[in-house]
Amino acid sequence: MSFVEYGDTIKNGDTAIVFLGHESMFPVKVQHGTVTQTKYGVIRHSTDLIGKKYGSKVTCSKGGWVFILHPTPELWTMNLPHRTQILYSTDISIITMMLELKPGSIVCESGTGSGSLSHALIRTVAPTGHLYTVEFHQQRAEKAREEFREHGVEHLVTVTNQDVCKNGFGVSNIADAVFLDIPSPWEAVGHAKSALKAEGGRICSFSPCIEQVQRTCLAMEEHGFTEINTLEILLRVYNVRTISLQIPDLGKASEDNSSIGFDSSNPSNQGSPCTNLQQGTVQFKSGVPLREMVGHTGYLTFATKSLF
Amino acid sequence: RLKRAGATMEAGTRPGLHICEGDCAVLKRDDVFKAVPVLRRRKIIFEKQWFYLDNAIGHIYGTTFEVTSGGNLQPKQEMEETTPETKEAGTDNRNIVDDGKSQKLTHDDIKALKDKGIKGQEIVQQLIENSTTFRDKTEFAQDKYIKKKKKKYEAVITIVRPSTRILSTMYYAREPGKINHLRYDTLAQMLTLGNIHAGNKMIVMETCAGLVLGAVMERMGGYGSIIQMYPGGGPVRAATSCFGFPKPFFNNLHEFPLSKVDSLLSGTFSTETLPSEPEDNALVEEESNGSIDEKQASIQETEEESTETAMESNQTEEQETMDINAEDIGFKENQGKENKENVREKQRKQQERRKKLIETAALLREKNADGLIVASKFHPTPLLLSLLEFVAPSRPFVVYCQYKEPLLECYTKLRERGGVINLKLSETWLRSYQVLPDRSHPKLTMSGGGGYLLSGITVVLDKSKCDSSNLEALKMEEPSSKKRKVQDLHC
Repeated sequence: MSFVEYGDTIKNGDTAIVFLGHESMFPVKVQHGTVTQTKYGVIRHSTDLIGKKYGSKVTCSKGGWVFILHPTPELWTMNLPHRTQILYSTDISIITMMLELKPGSIVCESGTGSGSLSHALIRTVAPTGHLYTVEFHQQRAEKAREEFREHGVEHLVTVTNQDVCKNGFGVSNIADAVFLDIPSPWEAVGHAKSALKAEGGRICSFSPCIEQVQRTCLAMEEHGFTEINTLEILLRVYNVRTISLQIPDLGKASEDNSSIGFDSSNPSNQGSPCTNLQQGTVQFKSGVPLREMVGHTGYLTFATKSLF
Repeated sequence: RLKRAGATMEAGTRPGLHICEGDCAVLKRDDVFKAVPVLRRRKIIFEKQWFYLDNAIGHIYGTTFEVTSGGNLQPKQEMEETTPETKEAGTDNRNIVDDGKSQKLTHDDIKALKDKGIKGQEIVQQLIENSTTFRDKTEFAQDKYIKKKKKKYEAVITIVRPSTRILSTMYYAREPGKINHLRYDTLAQMLTLGNIHAGNKMIVMETCAGLVLGAVMERMGGYGSIIQMYPGGGPVRAATSCFGFPKPFFNNLHEFPLSKVDSLLSGTFSTETLPSEPEDNALVEEESNGSIDEKQASIQETEEESTETAMESNQTEEQETMDINAEDIGFKENQGKENKENVREKQRKQQERRKKLIETAALLREKNADGLIVASKFHPTPLLLSLLEFVAPSRPFVVYCQYKEPLLECYTKLRERGGVINLKLSETWLRSYQVLPDRSHPKLTMSGGGGYLLSGITVVLDKSKCDSSNLEALKMEEPSSKKRKVQDLHC
């Protein structure tokens, strides 16, 4: 296993995802002789995990079962230990596409934070690209290095512990893309420009507040970036439910009980397998939005370093 | 299992900096894109202007050009902003009356200026000078006025290298019908949710003109393999060819006809009856010719043009079309000798296709694909129920549909089938912002919808769920896929 290469079977030292159902899951470091406690009982790594196929159902000591999944950056994002606020896959996906990342791309990132985006960037630029990530918090930088090692991607990433606004990315004229997720991105725009290749490249800055965006856009313009574009992406998740709505009693029932609600509801539900008119109700499948959703993560400002 | 396609790949991951003859390039004017092949002495019409790309050859991608008389492109010098000396401006519009007479230049005057070949920049300046209300406008309104006029009179074109970002934006704006209204942010979700990366063995089923295939190819960078499932007589890859991928990217791109999936799963697969191409190809063509919309027509032209750039993937398509033509002519003119040669050539190609088909079938039979991407005009449920059989456990899959309802059904059916977890039905909203000092707000209009996604992860299909006694016997003699079908009935 590695985060950039699928493996079929679970091996000692792997990071695997224990899936308990209903989006409840957590990562485990697979180690001989180790046990993991779940609400369904104990998982013994040596016998229950090592050598098994990823995607297998594992029966725990109390008879309950879990699935063991191959790690991906997306699963890691949902399960990683938070050291900071993190970016989620919805924002990550548009960042990756708008920065035009692909195998071989050289990317600069700051800050590293909890490494949520870093894992996705590394996945995309592997096997020939590289990520230069800068984190001014020493402990976080160290922790990120450790995780990259554990996940078998250390050869694809360089973690630097310095202040990007003062010292930049530690590289120049080599990046295809730069990503900024720091409180004052406008102070790093100049460094971003010099990190990017002479022939140009793409930049993205993530900020929660519009005032930050404003200053960043001004800085980008001053540094000659073009195609400056700010957008926001929101994820809407739907629960799939079978809904039944009662047919109102308009007094017809006593006169003609053979066609309660039939005339009114049937035409609109033709061909729907879910329609059930028994007992005066109509059933249908619906995608129901969650009661509460994420309304704002941050504004994403993209721009191009142009030739001039 | 990371298969490296060899040293030649390096050339592919670092494509040329400079615009070369034969490249696939994208023209950009403001937010409007158009994909074109770079050819000499070829007239291009873009945004109501015509020009030749000859002069662009040799310049670096990202260069901005001005169109000069005679349709030549001239690299634009960095402009010295000519700010009006008098920074005079009003505070509000209480005294500005729309009498239609504020512009002292007439249409004819403007036309005369244009005919004289005067630079757009100067025309804008003249328009400002001859506008009686300009000075009374607020500073913001003046800005807006200048921007609007610049857009109209200062025609600059930037030539950029194609990418998923650019092509998916272009298709969504110009030809949403051809890509089932798949918005670019939705495509971005698919690539991430599907964990598309170098070294994967992917199954792609799309009817999005080859845009989704191209996006997957870009993310895989020539490492790993892709099996494209196609309906009808052959895969459509018009958009794929716009990416300008290097040849090695096509070495591990396979295709397999959808109409053979059932037989492959039931073990009765044979290559005896290949899907009949000529008829189906004609159908595809008819379909695309049906569009009368001006914009659609223009992209069609793009597609046709880019087909001409010698992309390996398209060569089969082209040759097939040529075959039909050749056959037609041969039949009419009844030239026996040529006809015979054509027949022989056709047989050779049939043979070649058959061989490739057997190889692809073998790849699918391994049932160890690293993911499945579906984005088509077809109902997703039957596609998913069949194609998921080819995917290894613990791998992501993503299905796109323009409509939510088919995905609701698909969700239910997948739940019944089992072997999948973490099913998620979702949609993304995309909002663009105008960011200007003291004038920041969401853009006036946004896209109403970019389609829906159903994603999930495969797991080992639970066999203990089923009544085992009589299934044991079946397991012995039936191929595994049939087994599963029987199980489904029992469950």
